[in-house]
Amino acid sequence: MKFKHLAVSLLIGALFAGTSHAQVKIGVVSSSTGPIAMVGIPQKNTVPLMPTKAGGQSIRYIPLDDGSDPTASVVAIKKLISEENVDAIIGPSGSPNAMGAIQFIAEAGVPLLAPVGTAAVVLPMNEQKKWVFKTTQNDGLIASALLEHMAKTGVKTVGFIGTADPYGENWGKVFAEGAAKKGIRIVADERFQRQDTSVTAQALKVIAARPDVVLIAAPGSPAVLPQLALVDRGYKGKFYQTHGAALPDFLKLGGKKVEGTILAASLMLVLDQVPDSHPSKKIAKGYMAAYEKTYGVTPATFGGNMFDAGLLLEKAIPLALAKGKPGTPEFRSALRDALEQTRELAATQGVYNMTPADHSGFDDRGRELITVSNGTWTLLK
Amino acid sequence: MDVQIALMLAQDGLTNGAIYALLALALVLVFAVTRVIFIPQGEFVAYGALTLAMLQGGSMPATAWLLAGMGALVALIDGATALRNGQTQKLAGVLGWNVGYPLGLVALLTLLPVKDLPLVAQVVLALAVVVPMGPLLYRLVFQPIASAPILILLIVSVAVHVAMVGLGLLFFGAEGQRTPAFSDANFEIGPLMVSGQTVWVVMASVVLILALYQFFERTLYGKALRATAINRNGARLMGISPALAGKLTFFVAALIGALSGVLIAPITTIYYDTGFLIGLKGFVAAIIGGLASYPLAAVGAVLVGLLESFSSFWASAFKEVIVFTLIIPVLLWRSLTTRHVEEEE
Repeated sequence: MKFKHLAVSLLIGALFAGTSHAQVKIGVVSSSTGPIAMVGIPQKNTVPLMPTKAGGQSIRYIPLDDGSDPTASVVAIKKLISEENVDAIIGPSGSPNAMGAIQFIAEAGVPLLAPVGTAAVVLPMNEQKKWVFKTTQNDGLIASALLEHMAKTGVKTVGFIGTADPYGENWGKVFAEGAAKKGIRIVADERFQRQDTSVTAQALKVIAARPDVVLIAAPGSPAVLPQLALVDRGYKGKFYQTHGAALPDFLKLGGKKVEGTILAASLMLVLDQVPDSHPSKKIAKGYMAAYEKTYGVTPATFGGNMFDAGLLLEKAIPLALAKGKPGTPEFRSALRDALEQTRELAATQGVYNMTPADHSGFDDRGRELITVSNGTWTLLK
Repeated sequence: MDVQIALMLAQDGLTNGAIYALLALALVLVFAVTRVIFIPQGEFVAYGALTLAMLQGGSMPATAWLLAGMGALVALIDGATALRNGQTQKLAGVLGWNVGYPLGLVALLTLLPVKDLPLVAQVVLALAVVVPMGPLLYRLVFQPIASAPILILLIVSVAVHVAMVGLGLLFFGAEGQRTPAFSDANFEIGPLMVSGQTVWVVMASVVLILALYQFFERTLYGKALRATAINRNGARLMGISPALAGKLTFFVAALIGALSGVLIAPITTIYYDTGFLIGLKGFVAAIIGGLASYPLAAVGAVLVGLLESFSSFWASAFKEVIVFTLIIPVLLWRSLTTRHVEEEE
């Protein structure tokens, strides 16, 4: 089996070495079906919009679906590496899926651009994770924006409700660390499931603890449910949400009851209100227009994370081409080095500055404080 | 925890328990009559809720096309059989029900200003789309293998579940939906604030359970189903068609599922795959009833609802663990107290 794979990859390598215009092959693994399809579908849809040329080479994307299953992600990634001999992989969509894939891409020496939420894929940096780059804001970056706002408005106590998955757990951890530094006390720490039909019990417990504000950490539209439960039970305090709630559906499902919610997310939500001087504005606008033209709907932020991976590669491929031919280990290794040297790359989510220690590379330009006013996202000034 | 919180939790648990009870009853019914452990029961909850949401959004629910497709398949199979046996007089009925009805419904949905209809009419239309899928599903999938061992029926039922979840994603998308409440009324009972929708859920469950009881006790069809559940071969000798019994059972199961979905859609966000977990909790309740006893299953459902509500208050991160672990002592107790009877195949 091993030998066969080797033979196949040698054969493919030989084929491409022979042709004059070698092609860069990028594998894409997304979860366009299964429980996290709401994340994976905009990502899959973004693939046809991504750069098709870089440094005079054409880029071919090979998209696969993992059905939100971490095992299937690993199988897809192994397949891309051994059968397609890809130069880099973008994906998978889910945090646990990406965590499981790290060991295999590091072994094969293929750069992985992960559009996932959890910072655990790039932190703490080690020999394996140096092959991973993350195109989403680290939870810590968003959390610090929220915490600063809380501290500024005199918040002393916070109730936390998160999903019982890596997203909610990591947020609970990161937020608790930051809150301790700011002297903000977490008086209730609750968990719920995405498919729960009721979070009344958690809401009651939070209300009983009487926090000044409540932070809800959940990916996608499940973030609405706890907030509605709290409002229905008469909670009057302010609500904070994470970048996971940054979706049109949050407003649709929440209606009047999410008015005044504060969250920090990429500029895509409030693009028209961001000053033109923001380096990401033009790029995000172009991406959203292209997406709307093709699919007739505005893309969720998750699609922007995928698009950014394409932009990172577009910038890194010409540098790597100087060191080797696509399809060779030298090229892949050079591609990784080039990605790590990305400086001031403006993309849809913010501006990337990668360093050997920081493979997410965002700064303050990657987050905006946003509030819901009159049923639309509004930049908080 | 004070009394007020305990009361609120109990109210929340009872509301969910009422839905689990309905689903548990449907599961017990389907198992008793057809020996199918009906895993897709939960999908009907999601289909019902999301079809209603689509109707309210002013678009043609994709489930209507699924219904038409299933109807066409059944018409093809049954029509061919009728032709081969020379029963041409049967053809009109077969075509009318399996092709005419879905197409008529699609026409109705296109012509009517569905978006502006009163809620009751929208609910009726949503049920009209989703519920007939029950008997069609039985005709297409389970009737041909009606006499297969339980294990095979279970495997097929898992396959149907997976297919229906996949189709649900295709039809409704990955995002969740919520529908407006049946009533915005709020009642204050002592220290408790009870929302109108909660009252609706509990009342509807009680009414439906009573209606089912009457159906099984008083009507000929109900008695036929009971007879089939008690002794399949005996019932057949008495002239009760197993195919009819199966279709009728699936009709009732689909009705209960879709209605549950319509009832809880205003309380919570429904996703295309929400139904499975709700169905699974109904299944835990059905297991408490030994997949045979309706009252025990209903009691079990309320128990599951309350346990869920209180455990999410004390240890929200372990709620599902606690609810599903309940099944182990129940199985232990059942296997120790009941005499084991080999399944006759």
